[in-house]
Amino acid sequence: MKITQKDVEHVALLSRLKLSEEDKDKYTQSLNAILEYMEILNRVDTSSIEPTAHVLPLKNVFREDEAGETLEKELVLANAPDRENGCFRVPRII
Amino acid sequence: MSNSHKYETVIGLEVHVELKTKTKIFCSCPTEFGGEENTHVCPVCLGLPGVLPVLNKRVLEFAIKAGLALDCEIAGFSKFDRKNYFYPDLPKAYQVSQYDLPICKEGRLEIEAEGKKKTIGITRIHMEEDAGKLLHSGTTITSSHYSLADYNRTGVPLIEIVSEPDMRSAQEARAYLEKLKMILEYIDVSDVKMEQGSLRCDANISLRPIGAEEFGTRAEIKNMNSFKALQKAVEYEVERQAEILDEGGSIVQETRSWDEEKGVTVSMRSKEEAHDYRYFPEPDLVPIVVEPAWVEELRNSLPELPDERKGRLVNVLGLSEYDAGIITGSRALAEYFDRIVACYEEPKAVANWINGEFLRLLNAQGLEVTESKIDPEDFAALLRYIADGKISGKIAKEVFAEMFEKGEKPDEIIKRKGLIQISDEGALSAVVEKIVAGNPKSVEDYKAGKEKAIGFLVGQVMKETKGQANPGLVNKLLQERLESL
Amino acid sequence: MRKGENVLSLTGLTAYKLSELLRKREISSTELTEQHLELINALEGKINAFVTVTGEDAIKQAREIDKRRARGEELPSLAGIPAALKDNMCTKGVKTTCSSEILYNFVPPYDATVVEKLRAAGTVMMGKCNMDEFAMGSSTENSGFAPTKNPHDLRAVPGGSSGGSAAAVAAGEVVFSLGSDTGGSIRQPASFCGVIGLKPTYGYVSRYGLIAFASSLDQIGPFTRDMTDCALVMNAIFGHDSKDSTSAPVEAPDFTGYLKDDVKGLKIGIPKEYMQSGIDQQVAAYVKKAIEKLEELGAFCEEVSLPHTEYALPAYYIIAPAEASSNLARYDGVRYGLRVEADDTISMFNETRSRGFGEEVKRRIMLGTYALSSGYYDAYYLKALKIRTLVKQDFDEAFAKFDCLLTPTSPTPAFDFGEKADDPLSMYMSDICTIPVNLAGIPALSLPFDTVDGRPVGLQLIGKAFDEGTLLRVAYTLEQNTDLTRPKPDLEGGAAE
Repeated sequence: MKITQKDVEHVALLSRLKLSEEDKDKYTQSLNAILEYMEILNRVDTSSIEPTAHVLPLKNVFREDEAGETLEKELVLANAPDRENGCFRVPRII
Repeated sequence: MSNSHKYETVIGLEVHVELKTKTKIFCSCPTEFGGEENTHVCPVCLGLPGVLPVLNKRVLEFAIKAGLALDCEIAGFSKFDRKNYFYPDLPKAYQVSQYDLPICKEGRLEIEAEGKKKTIGITRIHMEEDAGKLLHSGTTITSSHYSLADYNRTGVPLIEIVSEPDMRSAQEARAYLEKLKMILEYIDVSDVKMEQGSLRCDANISLRPIGAEEFGTRAEIKNMNSFKALQKAVEYEVERQAEILDEGGSIVQETRSWDEEKGVTVSMRSKEEAHDYRYFPEPDLVPIVVEPAWVEELRNSLPELPDERKGRLVNVLGLSEYDAGIITGSRALAEYFDRIVACYEEPKAVANWINGEFLRLLNAQGLEVTESKIDPEDFAALLRYIADGKISGKIAKEVFAEMFEKGEKPDEIIKRKGLIQISDEGALSAVVEKIVAGNPKSVEDYKAGKEKAIGFLVGQVMKETKGQANPGLVNKLLQERLESL
Repeated sequence: MRKGENVLSLTGLTAYKLSELLRKREISSTELTEQHLELINALEGKINAFVTVTGEDAIKQAREIDKRRARGEELPSLAGIPAALKDNMCTKGVKTTCSSEILYNFVPPYDATVVEKLRAAGTVMMGKCNMDEFAMGSSTENSGFAPTKNPHDLRAVPGGSSGGSAAAVAAGEVVFSLGSDTGGSIRQPASFCGVIGLKPTYGYVSRYGLIAFASSLDQIGPFTRDMTDCALVMNAIFGHDSKDSTSAPVEAPDFTGYLKDDVKGLKIGIPKEYMQSGIDQQVAAYVKKAIEKLEELGAFCEEVSLPHTEYALPAYYIIAPAEASSNLARYDGVRYGLRVEADDTISMFNETRSRGFGEEVKRRIMLGTYALSSGYYDAYYLKALKIRTLVKQDFDEAFAKFDCLLTPTSPTPAFDFGEKADDPLSMYMSDICTIPVNLAGIPALSLPFDTVDGRPVGLQLIGKAFDEGTLLRVAYTLEQNTDLTRPKPDLEGGAAE
């Protein structure tokens, strides 16, 4: 087993996903199958290899500190599931 | 009271500084403080699906300047990373920050606390974006049924300055933060206003038995909104931890919030919390390669820094350490001082007036140096009147107050109010004659040996001349007249 | 041809032919658009290529183009041509869902850069195409709404994730469409649906406004019916964009300039790892047939080895989910999209995300979260980034010797609905030939080349970074010299059922 049900619960907590018991079981199984398949990566010695995070050799892409357009307030809030006084409303935080 | 003297306090500070760029770090929205909710936003800072960030070059420039002013090494290669966590004030559910390759590292800052100088190490400075603001329906977050999210502040550029755990007392922590604020103000990269949140400080505090090498478990204290709050929070936390250790307990590594009203730190633990930020390289931003030539250019553009400036005031201009310290405490004040001295080359006199009347009036009215209406040339002109004996110090204070109030020139005030000092012996002799004749009792007292009586007579002459008489001359003429009786 | 006369069918034609008819004012964009809308109405019940059809808007845009043309304005070649977008490209005022419940009602207040470019080119937008939810999948069965069917065989999947975009072009519902490709999501559905699909070099087409799946791999590209249209659409959508920091600062070529019927002297590599296990014998046979054809036309083909090929897939399934777990964190019910109400914010987050995301999306979010989490980062994420370096090096070495590479696009023709739906790993394997290209950031296209039992098969041509030109040239030459590159679905006769 690469990943236990407890790991799945922890990962779900970090991802803000609520899983049913059935879900936990299902994901533990399928994630295990995938992670086991990934084992083949351990056959490659990468100790002297640099990681590639960006595939193009770009650097120093900047914008100037010049003001542009802001979004019309009605459009900012148009998709809000719940709004009040020009803000996005959320339930109790703690 | 516990035996906190048994322990050594170890403090490291993490200071968040909002940079005063015109626009946000990754989009062209204004950074302006205040404004109607959710009006300084665009698709990028709202984190709408599909948007991408582009780095504001001035943010990088300001971060490098801060690094240079704090004697840091500037990274030749730097990058951004994502810090992942969910919170309603964070629209992308990750903060773009820097993790393993910050823009600056290994700097230092010299402080002075309780009369001792000390160097505090700077671990790193990194760039990141600010989060939005939550307005709670109740008075506190815990008593609120709901909250409202305003994203105007989202994406305002920040630098986080992390110190080494080099501070050993609340006084040192405060001195560090004050000095840091001063330097950031000098290099003009931030408004550094704690009350508006453009300078924010978290403290990592731990205790260890005196002589121990290993650090104790630390608590992170947040929500300290003033220098005083920092000092009080550290003092409280040291007591709290000492009491726990005295009772044989152990410190929990946690985040605590300073409650200003109650004067205590409160645990912010929550069982739902899961702390694993899963940093990884931000794929939407490319690496930063800083050319040494640009670093040199920025180094040359830095102004004279506080320590250097203070040294010049003491060594070249002859001010006391104390006076020089106050004047260089803010760049604006130091520059104001320099401008006055440029018009009137008596630094000590200028320092006396700045640290006396000027600061008194500023503080009384809660104004900033930059809000003063007194032109440096006028300030100098007034001091020249005093030096030339044309007005008395007492009159000068009156004139200064008017200058401060209205920004009027001293010549105009003096002329309008007829305040020029009477130093004409002939004119004053006549007044002296009149006062001597009109106060025989005092004259008798003086003659009988009560030398103090002359004070009363001087006062009478001053009153008669509406304060314009040259006091030294009056004294001399009175004495001569009384002796001759 | 005027209305009321013998009506010429305008669907199924290419953009450059229609452009000519429009320019000569033999047809109007309005009638062209109306005919395509009629076909959409007739076919959508069977195909379901669209999430949203914007018929009224399309007619308005077509009329505007007709007016401008009537005034004598010189218009770009795609002006008045009906097209569609994958539903992960933001369109101002038009719902953009990523085929996900969590964005079921999201109306962007801005246009993606490619959308701005197509609007400027005068293209008529017919609607938004179905896809695997958040582009995660290889069959469009993961759409949060309903699957799309393959116009060549309604029992078969159209491929994915850009299944709707591919099917819409194959069925003739639009002249061309745009898709996005993170691990094969343009090329594999192009192969399954018998159309051309190009994944450009990473950084060639702006990602601004493309709803991110895996930011370091995503790239937008066209679906067309022939190579000339492919070049025309590339001309319209590509170019440096200051809103995308990863956009390549390169000069704009005219892609039609690469359409040469000539492969003489070109060196084409055949990576042996792509021809090995799991490949359908018919598919392998077609690749060999293509090699023979190219050699006959004067190209030089030779086997080459890309030794790290088998590691590309597992590395991809670490990198892409890791980036996705972060990119999809913003769907929290606060600012847009679905919210499931709850007493407190954390419960609201949990309920909203659990209900709003489908099973595969949740699996990848968890997989990616795991790969980035404390204690596993080095073993998974960092390891995968290093494998990425090796995969890229393999290509660099091959391109030192070859002008381009030829492989199958997918190991098999389109599979049946349900065939792989319950086995994520076998679904992942269907992208085994396309994924290495995304890791290396290089361009590749899929060109239809014959069918197996009526289901199309595509050839994949892989090129050097920014050398789309060679791919266009080789594909154009094959197109001009065989009659295998334009399979036509038989939707009217019901043979597809």
